[in-house]
Amino acid sequence: MVELSYTDLLIAAALVLVLALLSIRLRSNISRQLVIAALRTAVQLTLVGLVLKALFANVNLGLVTLMAFIMLFIAGREVMMRQERRFKGWRGYATGTVSMFLSSFTITVFALIVILGEDPWYAPQYAIPLLGMLLGNTMSGIAIAMDRLTHTAWEQRNIIEARLMLGESGDAAIADYRRQAVRSGLIPIINAMAAAGIVSLPGMMTGQILAGAPPVEAVKYQILIMFLIAAGTGMGTLVAVSIGAKNLFDERQRLCLDRLRQP
Amino acid sequence: MSKAPPLLQINSLQRLMIGPVTLAVDEGDCLCIAGASGSGKSLLLRAIADLDPHEGQVLLQGEPATDMPANDWRTRIGLLPPESSWWLPLVKNHFRNGMPLPLEHVGLCADILEQPVARLSSGEKQRLALMRLLSNRPRVLLLDEPTANLDPLNTGRVERVINEYCHAHKAAVIWVSHDPEQVARVANRYYEMCAGTLQARDMEVGNG
Repeated sequence: MVELSYTDLLIAAALVLVLALLSIRLRSNISRQLVIAALRTAVQLTLVGLVLKALFANVNLGLVTLMAFIMLFIAGREVMMRQERRFKGWRGYATGTVSMFLSSFTITVFALIVILGEDPWYAPQYAIPLLGMLLGNTMSGIAIAMDRLTHTAWEQRNIIEARLMLGESGDAAIADYRRQAVRSGLIPIINAMAAAGIVSLPGMMTGQILAGAPPVEAVKYQILIMFLIAAGTGMGTLVAVSIGAKNLFDERQRLCLDRLRQP
Repeated sequence: MSKAPPLLQINSLQRLMIGPVTLAVDEGDCLCIAGASGSGKSLLLRAIADLDPHEGQVLLQGEPATDMPANDWRTRIGLLPPESSWWLPLVKNHFRNGMPLPLEHVGLCADILEQPVARLSSGEKQRLALMRLLSNRPRVLLLDEPTANLDPLNTGRVERVINEYCHAHKAAVIWVSHDPEQVARVANRYYEMCAGTLQARDMEVGNG
């Protein structure tokens, strides 16, 4: 594997700077965000590198669990922030976090014990990257699906209430929109699986190959990850949308849009 | 022997600036409510249908709304909003319980059922929405300006259909209307809503 020096990274950073300068000339306001995002990447990834180094040097279930929960809580916040009309208060945070806990955590532990079978099963070299990839993708799926659900409930409130007026239950009145929301959360991973290898070379596999792994082995890992992500995103999205759809109605099956934040 | 409870009993119903409203409605009653827009007529109907949180109690034949599932309540207390909503492609898709009476009674042809909803006029939608509501066989009709988009001929037809439905099904109507002549034609009780409270008006004045 070619070791990267910091000079190599600076050269790549120069490309981002050139882009930022270009966008200033084009009067687009994106240059500031671009530079901040690039700086965040550098700082966040360096810190994670140091954390992982420490975790690998010190294999300990407690530390791995702590790291896993920190990742979960940050992902939960991210899911919430990505929704325009999210639920107000604790509901907004809990829906995404609980669904990610139920899906990503369960599937990661399952994969570590049943499929990978490393000793110990929580070996951080496997546990943390696996959980990270699952959380990252599940997070996007849930955020897209919840955004879709709350957005549609707001847009179609007249239809939902008309159905309630005709004696439908809240469940029935929102069923179509719940289905659409789950679908929109799953489309990215379905597209990624459909295009994998033809249009795009998935990042994890590419990384392993760059690091010198035999391509066929890297491909096997990538397929495993894709399936885990699909299962995690699907389960997480289903759980989140079910909780969300329930929370849109109160105990008398009234549509409670005042539980949503106004954008 | 105790007297049978009224068909619909409303006890100190309150919601935001509405109420408290106390009202008993009997079988065959057609109670009209007039009042400036924004006085809370629609909010009152929504509260009776239990679509908004509210204080107080509403009972159907002595049975409180809270004693039955909300969707059962709304099947029996049918609210017709001023704007109808349609969510399936064809008109007929919305009529799963069949037609309550021939569409000719509201001035429509049966073949309108095969049409896409997108092609309907607002007047057609309004009459079809009434038919859709009646197909649930509600005991109480809460009508929010059910003839707002209709010409005099069809207004007359709709008034007749509602009146006949009430007699055939021992139902009652609470009817929000802005038209004093309509009130005189259809109502046996007349109220005006002022700043959230219902005030009884003399029917004779309505007739004037």
